[in-house]
Amino acid sequence: MYRNDMTKKEIERAFAERSPADEQEIRALSNCDRRQFLRSSLKFAGMAAAASLIPDQSFQIVSAAWAETPGAAPAVKFRFAYISDAHLYARGMAHRFAKSMAKAVEDINALDPQPDFVLFGGDLAQLGRKDELALGRDILKGVRAPLRMMVGEHDWYYDMGDEWRRLFGRDYYTFEHKGALFVVLNSVVEKDFWTPKGYSPEERMAIVSGLDDNRQSPFEVGEEQRDWLQRKLRGVKRDKPIVVFSHSPLYKLYKPWNFWTDDAEQVQALLQPFDSVSVIHGHTHQLLTNRIGNIHFHGMLSTAWPWPYAPQGLPEYTLQMSRSDPFNQLDGCGDGRMDFLTNGRIDKHYNLWAKSARTVTAAQLAGDALPGLGGAKGPVLLGKRTFASANGRSER
Amino acid sequence: MTRYKRMALGFVFGAGIAAVAGLVLRGERAATGPVEIGNDGGWSSRAVYACDRRKLVIVEGVRPGEKLPPERAQLVADVLSDLMRYCKEEVVARISRSQHITVAANGFVYENYVPGSEIPFLQVSFGEPTEREKKIWQAELDKVVAEGDRLFHSDELGSNGVACAMCHPHASNTHPETYPKFQAQLKKVAVLRDMANWCIENPLEGKPLAHDDPRMVALEAYMLSRRAGTALEAGKH
Repeated sequence: MYRNDMTKKEIERAFAERSPADEQEIRALSNCDRRQFLRSSLKFAGMAAAASLIPDQSFQIVSAAWAETPGAAPAVKFRFAYISDAHLYARGMAHRFAKSMAKAVEDINALDPQPDFVLFGGDLAQLGRKDELALGRDILKGVRAPLRMMVGEHDWYYDMGDEWRRLFGRDYYTFEHKGALFVVLNSVVEKDFWTPKGYSPEERMAIVSGLDDNRQSPFEVGEEQRDWLQRKLRGVKRDKPIVVFSHSPLYKLYKPWNFWTDDAEQVQALLQPFDSVSVIHGHTHQLLTNRIGNIHFHGMLSTAWPWPYAPQGLPEYTLQMSRSDPFNQLDGCGDGRMDFLTNGRIDKHYNLWAKSARTVTAAQLAGDALPGLGGAKGPVLLGKRTFASANGRSER
Repeated sequence: MTRYKRMALGFVFGAGIAAVAGLVLRGERAATGPVEIGNDGGWSSRAVYACDRRKLVIVEGVRPGEKLPPERAQLVADVLSDLMRYCKEEVVARISRSQHITVAANGFVYENYVPGSEIPFLQVSFGEPTEREKKIWQAELDKVVAEGDRLFHSDELGSNGVACAMCHPHASNTHPETYPKFQAQLKKVAVLRDMANWCIENPLEGKPLAHDDPRMVALEAYMLSRRAGTALEAGKH
């Protein structure tokens, strides 16, 4: 019915002229759950392998490791979506960053079913100005689902968050949603580097807005919020799922770019006693995955531009997105969705605008199966087998 | 005929090498290859200049048109390197068929020169910059790098507020060491400055810079300084 080389018009025509048989095929595909799909693809992969059509180290084989995760696959309890790191300038809707943020709003509004709520992940403004934040608020008014706001350093260091708080309320707070506790942090607190140097608000903001500007301090959650968090978590049952939103990653990745939270270990220690904790963070503008103990960490994409991966410290769980094409403004950017599962974990969907969407599932992270090179314990078991046979062949 | 060619020829005559009366010097002043001098029953001498054209080694006993054997070629290179220490001088050395080395400069002749040793009547003038010179040059470079750093992090090259460092913190993902290369998206072999201009015109929505614009030189100096020590992986990026 469809071919890869069809134009959009041809696809539309084919769709309009689809037969009842086609209809059935489409329905079967869209109703097929993940297990069913893996079963079918494994069947076909096995047939193909038997016919020597594919090498034995293929993606199909690796997928088998995930499919063998014991126990029934948890169902999706609810969904929430995100838009993050818009970095708006007060240059109207014609500016490239405003346009790409509006595109994200369209994406989120087109989600079916609609998400229970939408998280904005921080860095709404580029230079923390009132008119930048106002433009962002106006664009976000277009979001149909309820909105949850998080602050980023670009929103904060011109007026130390005055305007942001006036528009959006508290910079750290908790809320309950369908049995889960959500914690929103302001993780971009910096120790005062500006007073001793006599920097103006503009200079302070310019320094903080430079990712590689080492005149600033490292990000931290700070004592005030840690104490607050400790109080909030007191009496919370161990099996209550917790989802933390922080602008910076709540672990230490690369200090020179503030891909970093200075008191990360202390915050993690507060979260570690709970059975399932997920941290969703912005700031890094890239597909980023980590697991520390019981805590799963997921980065969010930016709508404005992708950052390169840091030269050091990349978590072994991260399967990197490929380097973005500078000639395609949308490449490496995007938005996404989180599926909150019945087991309290999260499957993280990355809607990369110029590449195939990617999903990092809780099952992969929990079982060490995939994602990155070092963390790929599941696939490595299978890999060893294939490597052994490859070596066997080469020795002969 | 230039002064040192005359000198070289005089040396050759003086040493009694050229048996033929009509000594022929082949090759032009600007020629880069070795020059054959004379012809003695199938043997000739070869003149090899250093890059400054002020140091000359005459190798005796070579077959016209033939390559020097490796050990003799290495000796020529060693002697020329030695002579380069006398940066400001015009020096001629002769390597005999028996590998004896004679050096002549400023009208003096020094026999049995051993490579690596000093020549008594010449002052080493290396061309090594003085500490003061080095400091001045470094300061000048640092100034340009600092200006490049400033431009790289500023929005003044564009019109929409975007700066280079917003996608390239610490000049990451610029890999200037890989240029020139075929830049698939530009459909041509591009230099780093072409790519910098592409970024200025597109993400920054600014006007391209002339390749010799001091701002472009500064940008390039900054990128290269940040990437110093990065392994060159040709074809990777």
